[in-house]
Amino acid sequence: MARTLYDKLWDGHVVREEQDGTALLYIDRHLVHEVTSPQAYEGLAIAGRKVWRVDSVVATADHNTPTKDWDKGIQDPVSRLQVETLDDNMKKYGAKVYFPFLDKRQGIVHVIGPEQGATLPGMTVVCGDSHTSTHGAFGALAFGIGTSEVEHVLATQCMVMQKSKTMHVVVEGRLPTGVTAKDITLAVIGKIGSGGGTGYAIEYAGEAIRELSVEGRMTLCNMAIEAGARTGLVAVDDKTIAYLEGRTFAPKGEQWDKAVAYWRTLTSDEGAKFDKVVTLKAEEIKPQVTWGTNPQMVVAVDGKVPDPAQEKDPVQREWAERALKYMALAPNTPITDIKLDKIFIGSCTNSRIEDLRAAAAVVKGKHVASSIKLALVVPGSGLVKTQAESEGLDKVFIEAGFDWRQPGCSMCLGMNDDQLLAGERCASTSNRNFEGRQGPGGRTHLVSPAMAAAAAIAGHFVDVRNFK
Amino acid sequence: MVPLDRANVDTDAIIPKQFLKSIKRTGFGPNLFDEWRYLDRGEPDMDSSSRPLNPDFILNQPRYRGATVLVSRENFGCGSSREHAPWALLQYGFQAVIAPSFADIFYNNSLKNGLLLIKFEPKIVDQLIRDAQGKEGYRLAVDLEDQSVTTPTGEIFKFDIDPFRKQCIMNGTDDIGLTLTHADEIRAFETKHKQSQPWLFS
Ligand code: SF4
Repeated sequence: MARTLYDKLWDGHVVREEQDGTALLYIDRHLVHEVTSPQAYEGLAIAGRKVWRVDSVVATADHNTPTKDWDKGIQDPVSRLQVETLDDNMKKYGAKVYFPFLDKRQGIVHVIGPEQGATLPGMTVVCGDSHTSTHGAFGALAFGIGTSEVEHVLATQCMVMQKSKTMHVVVEGRLPTGVTAKDITLAVIGKIGSGGGTGYAIEYAGEAIRELSVEGRMTLCNMAIEAGARTGLVAVDDKTIAYLEGRTFAPKGEQWDKAVAYWRTLTSDEGAKFDKVVTLKAEEIKPQVTWGTNPQMVVAVDGKVPDPAQEKDPVQREWAERALKYMALAPNTPITDIKLDKIFIGSCTNSRIEDLRAAAAVVKGKHVASSIKLALVVPGSGLVKTQAESEGLDKVFIEAGFDWRQPGCSMCLGMNDDQLLAGERCASTSNRNFEGRQGPGGRTHLVSPAMAAAAAIAGHFVDVRNFK
Repeated sequence: MVPLDRANVDTDAIIPKQFLKSIKRTGFGPNLFDEWRYLDRGEPDMDSSSRPLNPDFILNQPRYRGATVLVSRENFGCGSSREHAPWALLQYGFQAVIAPSFADIFYNNSLKNGLLLIKFEPKIVDQLIRDAQGKEGYRLAVDLEDQSVTTPTGEIFKFDIDPFRKQCIMNGTDDIGLTLTHADEIRAFETKHKQSQPWLFS
């Protein structure tokens, strides 16, 4: 029978299955960071259990780490304790590799996994973090888990779970210039809603997806969770394989050839049935900007802030009204009239080298508007930072008036010092615009790196397609 | 019960990030819905009992004090995978949340911790929310054994829950211990897996 990519990945990892369809699923890669792991390791210690397969664990500290003054260490004692707890757990329990604070290869867990070749096609990948969906860009079955599940995987190498339904999101045709993977992923969320993918694993397909770079596919899958789907997937192709070749933990020599032969089978079969199909036309997608407090509250840059009065459903209307009040926006305001206070280019959605190149191309030779209080560029990892510096991107940003920082999650969620103050408005390349996400009272608009860069120069949103 | 009349309540709202710096599993109750509940900005080391409360937020209204059931709208628990969200709800005193739909990761995290999540049609949820808003002292009787929720007027709504999870909530189980009873099968799978894809183990 024709199988979907999801079916193949699932079938390849079932250890046992109960009558009701609950399966024990074997996990190949376990990514660990400081925020969701301490209680899991503590649970192991209390029960006197061991880690089942130490070499499946790849760990880093990313959420709490500062992005400047690294020589001073981590100032906040609560953050420091959490990072030190991970250091201790790594000493005690071990890992295949650990990139601690200050290591050159440290960075956001979802950036370093692929960068190191620690995420491979055909793997099951878990992490105590919802954006684990990112790794599905490689044809890996990847999903975020909670802390109890982290402990469960550490102790048993397995997850207890039921199979998801499958959704095929097909983006036909070619993307117009200036429109990126970020705009596709936001447009999909806008179309199906932030709960639209709940219970599904999404496979993204179609010409526009095949045309995306592997980094773009990571951006796309990263935000599957913002559509409610725990898993996002893209089939393996030449680009996937080219990206992985030569990476530290990718197989080598004869093993590589064998692996590649297997990876090439990781596509949905012709005629495979999906539970749901959603189709978008790439030509119709424009640069996206969120206006509210949930990623589904999104419009094209040439659009306007919607008027809740037009909404018939009272629950939706009330929700939109609340969001506009929080965001301090009037209905029908043109998006390009929205003025900004801060700019954040970073996060596991958009902090890889291509993102930085795209942003740098927009700002080169220009200067951040004087009304912008802070414009931050935070590379996704130490290696991304080094690469960007070797290309001179750091200078482009610094000359344009941006702050060039050390890697980490940073203002994506503001667990460190990088935060919005109450009332501040930010164009952000991250993934969540929830109330208070970037700092209590902060107002977040999600956009692509090029859109954030253009907004930094103009001081307000502009359509990057005709920005000069 | 407390009617939290909002859709898409995300886990950032349930427990804001600064409280995720804790390395413990307890102590999150006072910071449940922190940004909505207090007028000042909460930090992990604060004594929340002396902080200024937001009188407009529903949990702060005296009539809802001591409630153990929360009713909210669709897609409850969306966003981050933080298990601190169910921890905070439970530690505040909630034992069950009723909504038309829940986000996947939050759903699992809650059941793992014994927080009962009940899915009802939007129509029923709407009725419960309106009735609770309209009548002080509105109480629901939740019977997990019988899988039912009874309103003060005696109206009964049945709900589904998978039998395994029901057992876990009622008796509490050691999920890990249970999985480890299949350790031999896991090892056998691992051996086979390693033969066919040795690069996963190098
Ligand atoms: S960058 Fe943001 S979304 Fe990504 S892992 Fe860090 S905090 Fe989570």
